[in-house]
Amino acid sequence: MKKLNELRCTFPARSENEGFARTMVCAFAAQLDPTVEELADLRTAVSEAVTNCIVHAYRGMEAGDVTVTVRLLPDRVIHIRIADRGCGIADIEQAMQPLYSSAPAEERAGLGFTVMQGFTDRLNVTSKPGKGTVITMRKKLSNGDQG
Amino acid sequence: MVELKSEPNRLTALLSGELDHHHAKEIRETIDFAVRDQLPPVVILDFRRVTFMDSSGIGLIMGRSRLTDEYGGTLEIHNPSPQIRKVLRISGTDRLAVIRNTSPAEGKEQDHEETE
Repeated sequence: MKKLNELRCTFPARSENEGFARTMVCAFAAQLDPTVEELADLRTAVSEAVTNCIVHAYRGMEAGDVTVTVRLLPDRVIHIRIADRGCGIADIEQAMQPLYSSAPAEERAGLGFTVMQGFTDRLNVTSKPGKGTVITMRKKLSNGDQG
Repeated sequence: MVELKSEPNRLTALLSGELDHHHAKEIRETIDFAVRDQLPPVVILDFRRVTFMDSSGIGLIMGRSRLTDEYGGTLEIHNPSPQIRKVLRISGTDRLAVIRNTSPAEGKEQDHEETE
């Protein structure tokens, strides 16, 4: 699908960057004039995906980068891709189970994917152990100008 | 990020700012230190000044719920914003604790209890 605009940003997988990443995506999406609720949904979904990279992707190895790509597609569709080159997820189905966490000791609720699914229209996870994980999310914005 | 207020029979943690993974640890440690010290019958997490929360906040709520359960205390969630309510609802956490709106009349309870 033809993209209308695109933002790409790569940053180290450090927790200080969680706030920056979600704010950056929302600032870019703002050109479509989303509603307050739609912006909050995007902010939350991005925060979950980026936090997953920071908490899990580079466990037990030198921390690498997270790359966030945001595409604005026709018909007010926002496409977000969040990628790392970390350890990957061996069992995606298990990882996506509500309340499953591989880091319960750090008080991770195991609800990151549940929230991503709840706040976007479509979520796709592809991962290769040892190579990394790519998460894509789509959200179609309403046409309303109530925002 | 968190201010604690002790009153007879209850401890209120007034949270502020963005509650994400980066900030959750410090908040958790501050609250737990006071809770373990005082064992208050009611622990209130007041979200009126929290501008953003993701599932890291759910982890915080679940962990504090377990902690108060350990000694028979009760956990209450006060004044979550619409965004926070949505995170609570989607994750099912709204069933873990009583949710009340006591804002905007600061501190004055309207007892707007919800069971959604």
